[in-house]
Formats: sequence, C-alpha cells, structure tokens
Amino acid sequence: MWTFIHKWGSPKWFYVMSAKLQPLFWMVSLLLIVTGTVWGLAFAPADYQQGDSFRIIYVHVPAAFLAQSIFVSMALASLVFVVWKIKVADMAAKVMAPLGAVMTFVALFSGAVWGVPTWGTWWMWDARLTSMLILLFLFLGVIALRGAFASRDSGSKAASVLAMVGVINIPIIKYSVDWWFTLHQPATFTLTSRPAMPTEMWLPLLVMVLGFYCFFIALTLMRTRNEILRREINKRWVMDLFQEAR
Amino acid sequence: MLNTPAQGGLWIAFKATLKRDATLMFRRRGELLNPLVFFALVVTLFPIGISPDPVVLSLIAPGLLWVTALLAALLSLDSLFRTDYDDGSLEQLLLTPQPLAALGLAKVVAHWLFTGLPLAIVAPLLGVMLALPAGSYMVLSLSLAIGSASLSLIGAIGAALTVGIARGGVLLSLLILPLYIPVLIFGVGAVQAAINGDGIAAHLAMLGALFAASLLLAPWAIAASLRISING
Repeated sequence: MWTFIHKWGSPKWFYVMSAKLQPLFWMVSLLLIVTGTVWGLAFAPADYQQGDSFRIIYVHVPAAFLAQSIFVSMALASLVFVVWKIKVADMAAKVMAPLGAVMTFVALFSGAVWGVPTWGTWWMWDARLTSMLILLFLFLGVIALRGAFASRDSGSKAASVLAMVGVINIPIIKYSVDWWFTLHQPATFTLTSRPAMPTEMWLPLLVMVLGFYCFFIALTLMRTRNEILRREINKRWVMDLFQEAR
Repeated sequence: MLNTPAQGGLWIAFKATLKRDATLMFRRRGELLNPLVFFALVVTLFPIGISPDPVVLSLIAPGLLWVTALLAALLSLDSLFRTDYDDGSLEQLLLTPQPLAALGLAKVVAHWLFTGLPLAIVAPLLGVMLALPAGSYMVLSLSLAIGSASLSLIGAIGAALTVGIARGGVLLSLLILPLYIPVLIFGVGAVQAAINGDGIAAHLAMLGALFAASLLLAPWAIAASLRISING
C-alpha cells in the first residue's frame, strides 16, 4: 500500500501512470458535463420564481464548489510537499492555483450575471459573493508570491506556507463573513439533509458537479505532466523520451 | 539562576530580543510616529472626501477608524524584519539555539507594543473628530488593542514571507489583507454593537478567540517563513 503511494512521488512514475489515467478522466468529465448541460438547460423544469434564469446554477454552483475544493487540494499538496519534500506535490500545487483562480472568477462572474434577473443588480455584498471574492484574492496572493521569488525552490516553499495559512483561514473568513451578511438564500445542498430543490432539478446539478471535478482532475494531471517535463528537462528519462518521440 | 549570561534560557532570549527591538524602535522615534501620523492623516481625508456632516461621519466612523488603523498597522509591517534582514541579524536569530518561533514572537510583541497599542490609544481621539457616538470609545480602544495583536501576528507571516523580495511591500498587502477580514469584521462589530447598545461580549470574545488562535499558530508559520526567506 505505502510503496504504491510512494511510487507516485517519483516524477517519472507519475508521468507514465498519469498518461494512462488522463484519457479516462477526460472522457468521464466530457460525458458528465455534456449530459449535465443538456439535461440542465433543456430538460430540467424552470424555477417557479426565477424562470429560466435559475439555470445559471448549473455553472455557478459547480464552479464555486470546485474553487473551494481546489484551494483545499492545493493546501494538501503543499502540506505533502513541505512535510515529505515530494516535488510532484509542489508541481501539482503550482498548476492548481491558476485553475482555482479561474474557477473562482467563473463563480463570481456567473453569480453577478445571475444577480441581474434575481436581485436586479450585478453585485451585492452578500456573504457568499464576498467570501468568493476573498478566495480569489487568496488565490492571486499564492500565485503572486510564487512568482515573486527569483529561486524556484524558495517560491515553492513560500507558496506552500501561504496556501496552508490560507486554508486554515478560509473557514474562519467564511463564518465571519456569514456572521456579518445574512442576505443570501441558504446553501443549495448539504451532505446531511435532503436538498430543497426537486430531484429533476438537482440531479443534473450533481452530474455537473461531478463533471467539473473530473475536469479538474484531468486538467491537473495534464498540467502536472507538463510541469514535470519542464522541470526535469535535464534528466535522463526525459531526454530519452524526446529521443523516442523524434 | 535565570541571569547567568553563559547559558541563555528561552525566556532570556525572548526578553533579550524584545528589549533589542524596543531599543531599536526608540532610537528611530520618527519611524515610531509614522503609523500614527498616517492614521490621523487618512482619517482627515474622509471628512474632506465624503462630507463634514457629523451625522454622516458618525455612521461611518467605526468602520473608517478600524480600516484606517488596519492599514496603518499593515504599512509598518514591511519594516518588521527588513532591517534585520539587511544587516544580517536575522541570520543570527536563526542560528541561536532557542526556537525561532519564540524569537519571532518576541519581535511581533515589540511590533504590537509600538504600533498596535499606540493606534488603539490614539483611536478615541480621532473618534471625537469623526463624531463617533458616545459610549463606544472604550470598546473602540479595547477592540483595536486585541484586534491589532492578531493583525501583528498574522501580518508577520506575510512580512517574513516577503522579506527576501526586493519590493515586497505591495505583495505583502495582497497576501495579508484577505486574512485580516475576520479581525476587521469582529472589531467593527464590537464598536457597532456598543453604539447600538447591544452586547459587545460576543464580538470581543470572537476577537479574543482569533487572537488566541493566531498566537498559537502564527509563530510557527513565521519561523518557517523566515527560514524560507533566508535559506531559500
């Protein structure tokens, strides 16, 4: 069991094995996102209050879920990097950050677009929008800090520390912001209780959420592979790889 | 004996670092005043920019004072480790047998004593100028005193991370300001509650909790960040 996990710490092993996993995740994510999109946009019933505008939920909620999950995954990868000095974990953390920032932006933007028909305004300082905006700043901070160091190793370590500090703060920020603004509708679905939405509405949402997660995994694998090649360019096995390809 | 010079315990090293920082601060009195002058100056800008009407000012005064004090504290953070980094004494700090987390904490305590605490003391005076409603002055000072301790602790992490970067000032604010938001929320909340006549205990307790949590966790992050900045 442990040797199996340890093998993934080797860039070469990761590169070879992720090549096999990657197509699987791409296909599943494509399938789920296409299914979820068609189902959500065309077949799910319109909301009795919001009409068709509620269908933004099928992009908004998965993006928001994913943005938060990416920060946690990034912090976990950073922890693995700091504790066990596994370089692949740092590469994964590096490639996750821009994706997380983009997802946060997608969630914010779709939220703003959704705000026009429902609240009649593009922006409202409500708890969840504000938390997401802060999350965006946290992502930007991690990206900027990594880029600010001349040496890549220092940048990696510094960004790892910041990611871990950030992940401890995210729940604190979230609850303190919730305390201050209590305007938004309650959480869309929780893991413990049944959602308030009818099944035919939230089932496509679930499909979309899973599709987004698979997309994230596939993209992270792909970008980590690129990062491995970029950093290990002088290693024997990478050179051999290029020789073969030529 | 505690005072034997040959073998310094943790407490001696802590006190020595604190004393050294305090001495250095006193030798540069101008810098000591800078955050306070900044605080007063920015507070002056608001009546000019928004309205001199006391009714308007009293509405925004709690948030305005807190945000400005927060920015003043942030402004002084960049120099927290900078001079020590430039003259090499930070490396000496790393080489001492005592844990770096404790020595970093001593520097943060010095920073709070000479920035956060004076800001908390001056704030009521500026509150008068902003027509802050009566009955909230003590709470303003108290919330600033507790809150700025957390601000110093959290901010020191960012200062330690950016000390090796030539122009880390702007980056520092990008890293730290998002983490300041909970402190700001409960700090302003306490003052607002005092104005409305609500109970302030909950807000102050939350500020205290944030302080306790950052006191527990921040020194380790500060030590790790300093090691990264110096050793690469």
